[in-house]
Amino acid sequence: MVTCKDFLRELGDYLDESVDPQVREELSKHINECPNCWVVLNTTQKTIQVYKGMDPEPLPEGVHDRLIGALEKKIKSQA
Amino acid sequence: MDGEQQYIKNVDADAELVDRARAGDLAAFGELVRRYESRVYRTARHILGNDEDAEDVLQDAMLKAFQHLDSFQGQSKFYTWLVRIAVNESLMKLRKRKTSRTVSLDENIETDEEPIVREIAVWDDNPEQRYSQGEIREILDTAVASLKPIFRTVFILRDVEELSTEETAEALGLSVAAVKSRLLRARLQLREKLTRAFKRKGDQILGYV
Ligand SMILES: [Zn+2]
Repeated sequence: MVTCKDFLRELGDYLDESVDPQVREELSKHINECPNCWVVLNTTQKTIQVYKGMDPEPLPEGVHDRLIGALEKKIKSQA
Repeated sequence: MDGEQQYIKNVDADAELVDRARAGDLAAFGELVRRYESRVYRTARHILGNDEDAEDVLQDAMLKAFQHLDSFQGQSKFYTWLVRIAVNESLMKLRKRKTSRTVSLDENIETDEEPIVREIAVWDDNPEQRYSQGEIREILDTAVASLKPIFRTVFILRDVEELSTEETAEALGLSVAAVKSRLLRARLQLREKLTRAFKRKGDQILGYV
């Protein structure tokens, strides 16, 4: 019998699909029968998705140019 | 070309650029900079929480990478190696800032403690209808910023930068088990914070007894 505690302990591997098939099946069964764990799984998945879906913001103005400037200065000083 | 082939091609192309840069081809290093500067900057920005420090870290990390290209082994991906340098630089800055309290990734945490789940509520299907894109970004950034560095850093590398568990362990000098345990805690803490912003109005809140 899988308890809510067991489920929370295995949640990380369950999310990353790294539990073995038999354990996965037992956990899936628990989720179907336990509304709490279903909501926790669902909202944790959404948490990950919403961060993964974030577009990388473009570099602020000037950051790229100043970086290239710093690199060139360093390389010249070594030459 | 499917995702996996594209991925393999990128790794190959990186290795070729690194070889050329090692041989003194500055344009090749410039291309590596162009490829990864945004990701390095974003990672540092997340760890440090401000633009000025993130820019310092970006410059220091790229300079170090350039100077130490010879020590890059080529067994790992160039980005994993680069991000490790950037994370170390970021943590050094954090330590300087909080002189009274040392910040370390090795900070003792009780790894066998149960993950905590308090708020259990279904989310809105479309948070975009309640919040603007800018507000959502603000909510996400604030939530990440509130995590302890040891959780925040693991979460950013795994779930924002999408490194594998093994790559994250390598980049941070942690065991795979430590990465997994910290990642789960980080995810659950964020879930908790985001639930407060995104839960469906008027629903009954459930909870573990
Ligand atoms: Zn349960």
